[in-house]
Amino acid sequence: MPVADPNRYRILILFAHPAYDKSRVNRRLFEAAWGLEGVRLHDLYEAYPDFHIDIKREQALLLEHDLLVFQHPFYWYSSPALLKEWMDLVLEHGWSYGRNGRALAGKYLLSAVTTGGPEQAYRVGGNNRFPMRQYLLPFDQTAHLCKMKYLAPYTVHAALTLESGGDLEAQAAHWRRTLEALRDGKIDLEAAAAADRLNPLVP
Amino acid sequence: MNADFLFQAFIYLAAAVVSVPIAKRLGLGSVLAYLLAGMILGPDAINLLGERSRDVMKFAEFGVVMMLFLIGLELRPRVVWSLRVPLLGMGGAQVALTSLAAAAGLRLMGWSWQASIAAGLILAMSSTALVLQSLSERKLLKTPGGQASFSVLLFQDLAVIPILALLPLLATLPATASEAHGVARLAAWQQVLAVLAAVVGIIFGGRFLMRPVFRAVARTGLREVFTALALLLVVGIALLMERVGMSPALGAFLAGVVLADNEYRHELEGDIEPFKGLLLAFFFIAVGASVDFGYVRGHPLAILLGVLGVLALKFAVLFAVGRAFRLASGASFLFAGALCQVGEFAFVLLSLAGQQGVFTAEQVRPLTVIVALSMVLTPPLLMLVDRATRRRLDAPGRTRAADAIEAGDAPVLIAGYGRMGRMVGRILRANGVKTAVLELNADQVAHARRVGLEAWYGDASRLDLLAAAGIDRARLLIIAIDDPEVAVKLADAVRLRHPALKLIVRARDHVDAYAFFKRGIEEVHRETFGSALAVGEAALRALGFGALRSHRSILAWRKHNEAALRELARHWGDEKGYFDKLRSTIRDEEGMLAEDGIPDLELDRAWDNAGLREEVKSRAKPPPPA
Repeated sequence: MPVADPNRYRILILFAHPAYDKSRVNRRLFEAAWGLEGVRLHDLYEAYPDFHIDIKREQALLLEHDLLVFQHPFYWYSSPALLKEWMDLVLEHGWSYGRNGRALAGKYLLSAVTTGGPEQAYRVGGNNRFPMRQYLLPFDQTAHLCKMKYLAPYTVHAALTLESGGDLEAQAAHWRRTLEALRDGKIDLEAAAAADRLNPLVP
Repeated sequence: MNADFLFQAFIYLAAAVVSVPIAKRLGLGSVLAYLLAGMILGPDAINLLGERSRDVMKFAEFGVVMMLFLIGLELRPRVVWSLRVPLLGMGGAQVALTSLAAAAGLRLMGWSWQASIAAGLILAMSSTALVLQSLSERKLLKTPGGQASFSVLLFQDLAVIPILALLPLLATLPATASEAHGVARLAAWQQVLAVLAAVVGIIFGGRFLMRPVFRAVARTGLREVFTALALLLVVGIALLMERVGMSPALGAFLAGVVLADNEYRHELEGDIEPFKGLLLAFFFIAVGASVDFGYVRGHPLAILLGVLGVLALKFAVLFAVGRAFRLASGASFLFAGALCQVGEFAFVLLSLAGQQGVFTAEQVRPLTVIVALSMVLTPPLLMLVDRATRRRLDAPGRTRAADAIEAGDAPVLIAGYGRMGRMVGRILRANGVKTAVLELNADQVAHARRVGLEAWYGDASRLDLLAAAGIDRARLLIIAIDDPEVAVKLADAVRLRHPALKLIVRARDHVDAYAFFKRGIEEVHRETFGSALAVGEAALRALGFGALRSHRSILAWRKHNEAALRELARHWGDEKGYFDKLRSTIRDEEGMLAEDGIPDLELDRAWDNAGLREEVKSRAKPPPPA
């Protein structure tokens, strides 16, 4: 259980990748967060291979943290199925939303996604026609309905062509620094909520 | 029974039982413990072993034959073939260079050239028993240095045959005794033919005849008969080899290699292993006892120089050979340190050469003492070398070498190959995981082999067999034995000896499962549980429940039941507490039914929008007055 330190954000990473064996980039990012103090990793497909999500346990876990991260590949412009199922079932009416649902109020939600396409594809006129934040509106609004603040996404684009080795290692190290900065309150979260992308906020 | 025999047996056994734990506590190997015990109990100290230690040594040398049989069992023919370069190249170079160098030294000291060559050849031999036992005890046998040592030892065993033939030609003195027996009386071409026939016989017999014989004997279900068969096999081969004038150890090795693929291999290993261990122990004690301290006291300086000279010379040659054959310097160091003593075979050759008039008695006695002392010095020397190389490097060499051994490296062992073990084995195989199976039903094993699975005959509850099947290297043991008592016994033994090994256990029912839970084993699976769930789900669907609803209801029930089972296990044995718990469990299960008769699975309430409906409706109404 994370130690409650008023100056630190307790981070929970909900990781969803159905083929961990075959993942390169997401896996490397996930590994980069191993052992970070104050950051808890939760591999959803490892915990619930049969989609039999333990709602009580998940809700208890959320209450123990201040900042949630949905880390996943950007399958069909959204999350893998289990994370969607998790949202459907864990974010119960009367608990996280609705008149009496305030369990998550004031917490932060961050999407950390990898995409196959390059960054310039995600803009008006690009191959994917819309910017990332537009694709992520369902998550943004989910956070809003749960009275949480949605931050600009941390994105790793062109993951298919990101070579193992130097570039990937640099990316993984940057992600680790980002998590540390978030944990230690070194990032202005108001600015982070307004930005297009979280990545440039961390050197 | 002869009281003297019992007394001797008592002394030898007591020496082993007392010395090894002490030596282990001091961080020394068992071989050194036996040697020291032999020296202390020998004729020059306490003198409890009587005058017959040489006889014991001859008898106990049979342990070496067994050891080579066991080593052969671990090496498939393909592996042996891959050793041909170190075997012939390194072995040949070592024997030739060492004997030449030693002979040159002795010639300079004024020996006749015949005696010098004979002594050189004898000093080139190393001790198979000592080296292999010490290396395997230190888990070094499978490192590059260990493999090279093994190859050279095999070559030396081959070289003994021509050396034996050469000795009479080097005689300069009248022979005191010589007896030709067996095939030695035949002409040379007949001898060669006899050897070839024996080798072909072993290969053919091992390949085609032994399997039905093993199977027939295994079917009797009597363990001692199988043990007798195993011993009979090794003794028979040794006898045959002696008759045709070949080294029995080499014949046993060959037989082992031929049987390495046989499904009864692990049972054979398990049966022979204790005999080999005891015989080798007696052998080392006898070697220790044979050190002639009277002579050492008489000529301390000459003996000291002799021993050091022989060790240094052999070490230098071995190191150079190792380097020349591209062994890493650490591995060469180990190789040279391991083989630089003179072997037990030298005792036989020396006394034979003495009888045949190659040496004078004044030459035989110091040589014998030097040989014995060089053997005694090997374990401490090996310990130093191992420590030095361990600190230096070679760590990658260790892991690389481990891959080369293909037998016994399956990551999963399945004990019990009935209906369940069979399916589990196939699932693992479909996922590319190598599994080794141990099963006590000879017909099952034959069936498994026929469909192409790796299965061994043997009683999986015997730890020695599991060890032979590679439990040290395995990551997972699946216990799927029918008999619950045997399964529990095995689980206990494995947890005691291999606490790090993961265990997955099949239990017949909840009562069996409790026994495993009580022992802290987590992965316990009742054999009918999975099918009960499947039948339950099918029943729900047959009654018209939706597929996903039925499935999730089964998942919820399963989770609840697994948790309750662990809870119940804690109350097992306390009748009242158990039944109280059981009643409350059943109440809970029924409580999963909500008032409307639809099970409330707690898990998917979010899919039930009753609460949401209510809230939306209430919002449409004007808010109640404050």
